[in-house]
Amino acid sequence: MSNQSDLPELGLVSLLRFAWRQLTSMRTALILLLLLGVASIPGSLIPQRPQNPMKVHDYFTNNPTLAAWMNKFSLFDVFGSPWFSAIYILLFISLIGCVLPRTFDHLRASRALPPLTPANLDHMEFFQTWQGDGSELASSRKWLEAKRFRIREFEGSISAEKGYLRETGNLFFHLALILILVGVSLGALFGMKGEAIVNVGDRFTNTPTTYDSLSYGKLFRDQSLSPFVITVDNFVAKYDPATNAPEDYTLNVSVVSKPGAAKVRRIIKVNAPLQFGSTNVYLQANGYSPVVTVRDKIGAIVLQGPIPFLPQDANLTSIGAIKVPDSNPQLGFVASFLPTAARDKVRGGFSIYPEALDPKLLFSVWTGNLGLDSGIPQSVYRIDTSKMKKIGLESLTLGQTYKFSEGSIRFDGVTPWVNLQVVRDPGKMYSLAGGILAILGLLGSLFTRRRRIWIRTMANGKVEVAGLAKSGVPGLENEIALLVADLEKDGK
Amino acid sequence: MTHSSWAYLSNYLVYSAMGVYTLAFFAHAYETAWAVRAPQGKEDERTEGSLLVKTLDYTRTEKAGRIATAFIILGFLLLFAGVISRGISAGRVPWGNMYEFSITGALAFTGAYLIALRKYDLRWLGLPVSIFVLLILGTAITVLYRPSAPLVPALKSYWLVIHVSAAIMSGGVFLLANTIAAAYLYLDSMEQKGERKQWAKRLPSLEVLDQLSYRLVAFVFPLWTFAVIAGAIWAEHAWGRYWGWDPKETWAFITWVAYAAYLHARVTVGWRGRKAAWLCLFAGSTFLFNYIYINIWGTGKHTYSGL
Repeated sequence: MSNQSDLPELGLVSLLRFAWRQLTSMRTALILLLLLGVASIPGSLIPQRPQNPMKVHDYFTNNPTLAAWMNKFSLFDVFGSPWFSAIYILLFISLIGCVLPRTFDHLRASRALPPLTPANLDHMEFFQTWQGDGSELASSRKWLEAKRFRIREFEGSISAEKGYLRETGNLFFHLALILILVGVSLGALFGMKGEAIVNVGDRFTNTPTTYDSLSYGKLFRDQSLSPFVITVDNFVAKYDPATNAPEDYTLNVSVVSKPGAAKVRRIIKVNAPLQFGSTNVYLQANGYSPVVTVRDKIGAIVLQGPIPFLPQDANLTSIGAIKVPDSNPQLGFVASFLPTAARDKVRGGFSIYPEALDPKLLFSVWTGNLGLDSGIPQSVYRIDTSKMKKIGLESLTLGQTYKFSEGSIRFDGVTPWVNLQVVRDPGKMYSLAGGILAILGLLGSLFTRRRRIWIRTMANGKVEVAGLAKSGVPGLENEIALLVADLEKDGK
Repeated sequence: MTHSSWAYLSNYLVYSAMGVYTLAFFAHAYETAWAVRAPQGKEDERTEGSLLVKTLDYTRTEKAGRIATAFIILGFLLLFAGVISRGISAGRVPWGNMYEFSITGALAFTGAYLIALRKYDLRWLGLPVSIFVLLILGTAITVLYRPSAPLVPALKSYWLVIHVSAAIMSGGVFLLANTIAAAYLYLDSMEQKGERKQWAKRLPSLEVLDQLSYRLVAFVFPLWTFAVIAGAIWAEHAWGRYWGWDPKETWAFITWVAYAAYLHARVTVGWRGRKAAWLCLFAGSTFLFNYIYINIWGTGKHTYSGL
């Protein structure tokens, strides 16, 4: 009976031990590794919410039933899904369980001396024997020392080993992968990312309210935002007149890095962000803001200034909405902006060049309720016209004014806007260090051969040489041949 | 010379390289086919290792083989000049679109073959190599060709040189390792049916092929790791994050994981032969998928105007 009652406890411990052994076995690690690769595939073929929310939305509209099911399996956010996390967490546990014991073994082994010379060298690889003159041990010692072998001397024999770097590199590589994961986690916990559209001439202050979109890591606090202020002085976009392809974007800014600091002029380019410690400011996109003045029936200004429009194509045909909530009744302009206007029967108005050479503002005028107080978030580029009435349709070139029953609108000018992306990632240096370490470790582990060489001289003057290459890497045969040739040359 | 005349020169050089590779292909085909010829002499005299019969065949194929290798070297040089003049015509490194990646990739592939040829007896591989190079160049010229043009701002960075060159070189060596793994599988199934056919007898043993494809992968895996990390550093400079699961990044990761699994399978679990060769082919196909499918039909930050 007592035996029986002991069994479950033993069973649990041995079950856990069994599970741990299984998890840290190479075979499981290999399966997890392949599984990680296979699990990433849907993430590249199905639209993903973090990368492309619009496409996910379209997918839901086109296949509502299928999409709902796919959503249950997190197929629209594969890399944040529980099952993907499960795979890589198990993989990393398996990796740690495998690498840590090996690290201790290796530390012990790297202090240990090479093993005893085997009794029967003729059983080892590349065995050679010849009649020597007695000087072989001393000269092979010198030869092996010059080649930086570890040497252990016995009565009448030498045991030498080289290539510990193979395992050192291997361990560093795997530890470096853990470091990369640590860097990624730190970035996710303490990082932030935000975007803001800023018109040329305007100022961007790094506070939460100035962002159009902003997301924090779980442990990020508002106070961690660097207190910088960026004034967008000038933005120059150069295009190739033959292909319309962009050639260069240059953004000139004035920066005050913290309150009281001097104003510094800086340039931001696509591949050259502005840096404040671990916070970077990127030039991510650009477009145009038509500048308009809207007046009401009695001629009072109800809206004046640049309105950012959203580019739709490479020639910056843009759409936008001019909302005038302060007029009575409310006014809305559903508009498109063409930097270099053209027109055909199929497409209507469109732009044929991304620079503002012949700008045109096309719009329909609506009056009624803009629905801004409904509490439902609205796109700044669109107007919900369900509670409005269309009262006019017009296109304006620079400086023109359009009068309609409720007031007038003047197309005053055009100013470019830039989309600034602010990213703070305090973990990236760890990931970078991990990446560099991983490559160095790989080089050490894949290009080092671990091997042993033994030399023994017998009482009768016979010399024996043999070796052993771990994991069968080639090259030892040549090395032993070289050693033997040198020994025989010394002998003569 | 003007930019456009450099561009024309580049096109002529690429066409000439294709012509020379075609000649190399024929020379290799001749070399391979010639070995099929039944040895002279009566049935009972045709013993294995008979010096007369073997020497005769060997010298004949030897000459065709040497000519074929010479053609491949010439093709390599012409293609090299073609890639360089393409770069001069555009005033930048010639890695701005798929046409340029393809011609440079074909160059890297031939280069990897020629370097491996110095060390190993790999001339038999010249036949599949010349076929692949012709396929790559043919697709590049007909489908992927774009006029030489400056880079879009997103690509204007010295990381283009570092990241793309590492990726292209890795691709060239991966493709070579896969060609050898495929040859392994082909010869292995031939041997399982009985003896090797006459023409295949010159080819190395299965063991050598197995080792060779492993060593190529082990050699180039750190370079591929570097290409991915260099890409991550560039992405941090350009897009504000070093890893964002963009389709191209995802597939680069899948390739990395697949080759890492291949290396582990060989070194620690002891996979050899067919299983290892299939895994190698799977890993290589993820690289090709990334290059072809993601570039052309994928959506993501690695897709630039044109191709």
